[in-house]
Amino acid sequence: MSEKVLQMNNIMKIYPNGVVAVEDVTFELEKGEIHALLGENGAGKSTLMKVLFGIESPEQGKIILNGTETTIKSPQDAIKKGIGMVHQHFMLVPSLTVAENIVLGTEPKKSGMFIDMEKAVELSQQIAEKYNFDVDVREKVEELPVGIKQKVEILKALYRGADILILDEPTAVLTPQETDELFIQLKKLREAGHTIIFISHKLDEIKEICDRATIMRNGKSKGTHLVKDISTTQMSRLMVGRDVVLTFDKKPLDLKETVLKVRNLCVAGSTGVKRVNNLSFDLKAGEIFGIAGVEGNGQGHLVEVLTGLSKKYMGEISVFGMEAKKHSIKEIRELGMAHIPEDRMTLGCAKNMNIMDNMFSNQYDNPEYSGKVMLKSKKIEKRVNELIKEYLVKCKSYKQNVGMLSGGNIQKVVVAREFSTNPKIIIANQPTRGIDVGAAAFIRQRIIEFREAGSAIILISADLNEILELSDRLAVIYKGQFAGVFNDVKNVTEGELGEYMLGIKKDDKLEGIIYEQ
Amino acid sequence: MIFEAIISPEFFNATLRATTPILFAALASAVASKSGITNMALEGIMLFSALFGVIFSAAFQSAWMGLLVTMIIGGFIGFFLAFFVLRLKTDQILAAIAINLIANGATILILLAVSGDRGVSSSIQSLQIPRVAIPVIENIPFLGRVISNQNILTYISLIMVVVVHMFLYKTPLGLRIRAVGENKDAAESVGISSKKVQYISLIISGVLASIGGFFLSGGYLTYFTTGMSAGRGFIALAAASMGGNTPIGAFLVSILFGAAQALANILQLGSWPYELIQMLPYFTTLLGLGIYSYIRMKKRQRLTGK
Repeated sequence: MSEKVLQMNNIMKIYPNGVVAVEDVTFELEKGEIHALLGENGAGKSTLMKVLFGIESPEQGKIILNGTETTIKSPQDAIKKGIGMVHQHFMLVPSLTVAENIVLGTEPKKSGMFIDMEKAVELSQQIAEKYNFDVDVREKVEELPVGIKQKVEILKALYRGADILILDEPTAVLTPQETDELFIQLKKLREAGHTIIFISHKLDEIKEICDRATIMRNGKSKGTHLVKDISTTQMSRLMVGRDVVLTFDKKPLDLKETVLKVRNLCVAGSTGVKRVNNLSFDLKAGEIFGIAGVEGNGQGHLVEVLTGLSKKYMGEISVFGMEAKKHSIKEIRELGMAHIPEDRMTLGCAKNMNIMDNMFSNQYDNPEYSGKVMLKSKKIEKRVNELIKEYLVKCKSYKQNVGMLSGGNIQKVVVAREFSTNPKIIIANQPTRGIDVGAAAFIRQRIIEFREAGSAIILISADLNEILELSDRLAVIYKGQFAGVFNDVKNVTEGELGEYMLGIKKDDKLEGIIYEQ
Repeated sequence: MIFEAIISPEFFNATLRATTPILFAALASAVASKSGITNMALEGIMLFSALFGVIFSAAFQSAWMGLLVTMIIGGFIGFFLAFFVLRLKTDQILAAIAINLIANGATILILLAVSGDRGVSSSIQSLQIPRVAIPVIENIPFLGRVISNQNILTYISLIMVVVVHMFLYKTPLGLRIRAVGENKDAAESVGISSKKVQYISLIISGVLASIGGFFLSGGYLTYFTTGMSAGRGFIALAAASMGGNTPIGAFLVSILFGAAQALANILQLGSWPYELIQMLPYFTTLLGLGIYSYIRMKKRQRLTGK
């Protein structure tokens, strides 16, 4: 069990915008193991695998495959060298049959020009039978359930001779039953001598199926461990643990009036499942209310209804006493709400427009900057230049397109715009994700300044550092419900928080979530 | 009198004749669409081909040589479109509009330069692909008069329906074209170059459309007139789309449009206003697209249960 099939030594990947996605990571695979690659979103797992699969080329580092050093130029090259990848988004052609999808690109031929469909079916059947995959290769892919589609993807890789299989969060789209079935298949593949890289952040799954785990955080490797020797708590600490300790001076809490009242809030997802399930809480001016949780536990849906982006909810959301459902996004904003969206590129900015246009998209009709017909461009220019200075946006001038800036600077543009209206309520969803430490610290400092000035802030973050540092009050969301509430954030440990985040612990009574009945 | 004309074998014969150019272009559209690109330049390619057919068949004094050269030029225009769309990343619709507009002006200019005439090429001694009578079949009552004595290109267009079908559904390249058109990433992930596949598809598309264009001046009529493609390229786009971009489907819808064209030709002999009758093929297209979209919408609603 000690034959090394793959060594990736000291891999470094820096993206053109300056983000260091992977920093000096060493990753080794032994033949016939299922190796977990564990880490939060943005920890660098995907980038490392893109390097291995030839989608990205590393700035530094060596890849040694079966004892010989090699470079992997493209996915085709990777496939040729026996590496297969099952993407999270399936790479299948829906209207083609399973067999056609499997042989695509290397079709068997007959009489020189036609596809030998019989042969294609036979070959596909063979490979399916060899690995005991229960798939009807004559069926069209579009008619198959997700679990089977994933099997087809794995078969595709095996047909192309993959010895090393990369599975990118394979269970994210599967039902529990399909997951069980997948695990049985993976174990069989392991017995057959294949080596599997299992990308995930679900600890229990890793416990169940993986032999070893490499944990990544912030682009760095936090070591490789034998799964049987490490507890889920230890893994979660390594995965989310405190890294840079930054402290902020916060004045004592000075609570004022209640600005946001949420009662029995339920939001259904697209499949009809309740993504937010019976949430109630209050928010007072002058506090930062942190919501911690593993991503995808309802945070996104909660933000959508709070900010008015979606009106589809049951229960009550009252912003300064006004029901959110009955008001447009614009009206809600005029009440004093600002929103730093989770994904700055889709909701946060228009990347092909310049900094000025982006900073002013929420004030184009403010009489101070807009005349009856024309915009008051001189005034706007002056204000934008002030904001650029104030928020330390690194740019050539306000005429530069936002898309050309680095992630941190784009986020500063978004934050500058949202904060420029002196908001009374700030919904900050992952305000510092994927940006450099300096910009993150700057944004956190601004958030605290608004708290001091008497604004109310909801901070949603997967970064425990941030949330523990900033919050006055903290709740953990798990599967759309608050699993626990902490009124004394200083004495909360990460381990404790982790247990709530992973659903190991859940309080029935949530004291302090509501100020008044 | 009109009804009698419609049930006569001559009407069906004329329908097949009028279908031929639309069918070639519809097949061209189907191949391009299957690869994920809308070839809206069909109209321009047909117009160019109608002119070059006349010029080169006269130059070589051979209709077949004229056809061959026209097909090469058609393929080249397809390549040209692909180059703009795939290499220079031009919007595919804008690139196609440019080709169509160039075709409008350039054909007049070239015609003027070659023949000294602005409107019609009657001074050029061009040759046509002949009509043929098919032995046995020509003696079958009614059917014989419909099918026999058509232009060779009409027969070729019918054969091409089968050929294109076989190509798209039975050959590796056809499979790859369909894969690229449906999920480019999937095709790329197994080592297929989507660009190469789309280049090939547009070249094939250009060649097919050019045969349709050649037929206009070298079979349907015996000379070139300016603007003679008369929207057939666009009608073919509609036909292919309504036929689900499959060769068989495109063929069936093309016949419908061919019939509208043939009907317009008959009605011209009656006392109705000429302009109104000339609208018929285009009106049929609009009506057809409307009905098609309505049915598809209903079907989608049924599927999503709304």
